[in-house]
Amino acid sequence: MRIVVLSKPVPDPAIGGEHLGPDDRLVRSGASAVINGNDEYALEAALKLCEAHGGEVTLLAMAPESAPETLRKGLAMGAHRAVHVTDPALAGSCALSTTRVLAAALRTQSYDLVLAGVDTSDGAGGIVAAGVATLLGLPYLSYAARIEPDPAAGRVRVRRLSPVGYDELEAPMPALIGCTQVLGEPRYPSLKGIMAARSKEITALTLADLELEEPVGGGVATSRLLSSHLPPSRGDTQVIREPAADAARAIADFLADRRIV
Amino acid sequence: MTARPPSGLRLTEEQRLLRDAVRTLADERVAPRAAEIDRAGEFPWDIKDLLAGQDILGLPFPERHGGLGGELLTVCLAVEELSRACATTGLILAVQELGALPLLLAGTDEQQDRWFPDLAAGKTLIAFALTEPEAGSDAAAVRTRAVRDGDSYVIDGTKRFISQGSVADLVAVFAVTDADADRHHRLSCFIVPSDATGFRVVRVEHKMGIRGSPTAELAFDGVRVPIDHRVGAEGDGFSIAMRTLDRSRPGIAAQAVGIAQGALDAATAYARERRQFGRAIGEFQMIQAMLADMDAATESARQLLYTACLEIEAGAPDASRWSALCKLVAGDAAMRVTTDAVQVLGGYGYVDEYPVERMMRDAKITQLYEGTQQIQRLVVARALLTND
Repeated sequence: MRIVVLSKPVPDPAIGGEHLGPDDRLVRSGASAVINGNDEYALEAALKLCEAHGGEVTLLAMAPESAPETLRKGLAMGAHRAVHVTDPALAGSCALSTTRVLAAALRTQSYDLVLAGVDTSDGAGGIVAAGVATLLGLPYLSYAARIEPDPAAGRVRVRRLSPVGYDELEAPMPALIGCTQVLGEPRYPSLKGIMAARSKEITALTLADLELEEPVGGGVATSRLLSSHLPPSRGDTQVIREPAADAARAIADFLADRRIV
Repeated sequence: MTARPPSGLRLTEEQRLLRDAVRTLADERVAPRAAEIDRAGEFPWDIKDLLAGQDILGLPFPERHGGLGGELLTVCLAVEELSRACATTGLILAVQELGALPLLLAGTDEQQDRWFPDLAAGKTLIAFALTEPEAGSDAAAVRTRAVRDGDSYVIDGTKRFISQGSVADLVAVFAVTDADADRHHRLSCFIVPSDATGFRVVRVEHKMGIRGSPTAELAFDGVRVPIDHRVGAEGDGFSIAMRTLDRSRPGIAAQAVGIAQGALDAATAYARERRQFGRAIGEFQMIQAMLADMDAATESARQLLYTACLEIEAGAPDASRWSALCKLVAGDAAMRVTTDAVQVLGGYGYVDEYPVERMMRDAKITQLYEGTQQIQRLVVARALLTND
């Protein structure tokens, strides 16, 4: 099984690392990038599949120059190698450009499955994975809660979450699967994994290395941010700082007053 | 190998990942045991097994001998994070490195291959035995003798204050092989297995701090070791010991920084929660000033430690100076910060319901072992004043 995981470096949401530059673009040069949370779930699923069926996991990212540092965590978790597409012309790319670039990068790889997270914490569009599948003509299996490949038959079964339960899908491989968090918590990298990541290869590709038929990059972006606003702060937040037993009672009273419990 | 040196003082992603991995382990598995380890005053074999199982004890050892090949800074990050939760636990890793350093620095490939795989896996432990009743700061005054007899050496003497001496499987022992040579060429280094005939643990000290780490007096009574247990050439012992300390003192500085950070964390949490005069004591400027000073002392020591590690790893000619500087600053910072942490907690800081009194007791040793603070100053001053 050869599995490629789309892995996007994003500003760390846990430390409030997201902010916009003067051009209304997300600042990506900060030192606080992490692999997009949903992509880590996809990576975990890929690692488990490889443990069960053998094979190799490749991380694929389109990201600024500093991305190899960020991808190091994915390699420490157990991915075997990484491919990093980086080019100054890609700054300010829209979802369509990103889709074209990732599809072109995938054409340079051989794979049975491509795994992607549901969406990213910075862009939150959630359309890139479906777009990549469309451009490459791959079956697109979304909202996966379980992935069962049959390498011998060249097919994969996916349990897809639906509002009323789940659907069972089957498709020939190669296929692209959109992963949900139901697949399981990402593992912590082990010390052995962290040190082993040193010798793993991160291949850098520029636009010149890809065979792109359509224009890409910030210059041809199909969407533009007009304005952005933080949600208004809620003034009546109540913080309970009592010892645990008293705090539990205070919270229960608070909820009871509002007839929530 | 694509080991990347850190650019400037910012840790690499690899170092941050490793620090976070050890921190999580320390918080979840070590911190809950720390008070009990201190109270029982016994070596925590379960924690040793935990460190071995997580490959932490493999950090200082080369990959080709089963280790993880961590650089000095990597090892120190692990010691720091473990010591933040429990100084005894941080010391298990620091002593494993200390004891193995003579072999790392001067051992043959065959010797490394014989002993490192089990040490890296944590199946065996090793201690470093230089200090004697009459040879503390004056390390060259060692009296333990090793006499060549055919294909072996016979070792006689006593070693004192040997960290983990009573639980180690191997002991790196420094003994006189040529009493007539000059002070710096009298000693040689030997690896003595603890099951050798004539090796005996005389007693284990009752200590103020690092109470889970047994500090032993060891007797060598006609202990015979084969010639291939000698590390380095005859007469190189003192040089090996000093080069070992150049690389091991940062480990003690890391332990000190970890203890200081643990005390600062505890004091900060307490200042947020504890209410007097109708408000959290953290709202009072006198408490705020103490916390800020504690942070400044801890962070300064940490930054000096990290720089010292990079300089020593890069082969700086003044490695001894860097090593002494970071131990001096970090040991003093740990003592001051833990003392102030007890002050922030007031009466609660003085009782064992909170961890800061333990941290204050643990901090004191970092001003004493692997050279007292006075010896560190001596090393620094000598580096400054020696003409080169």
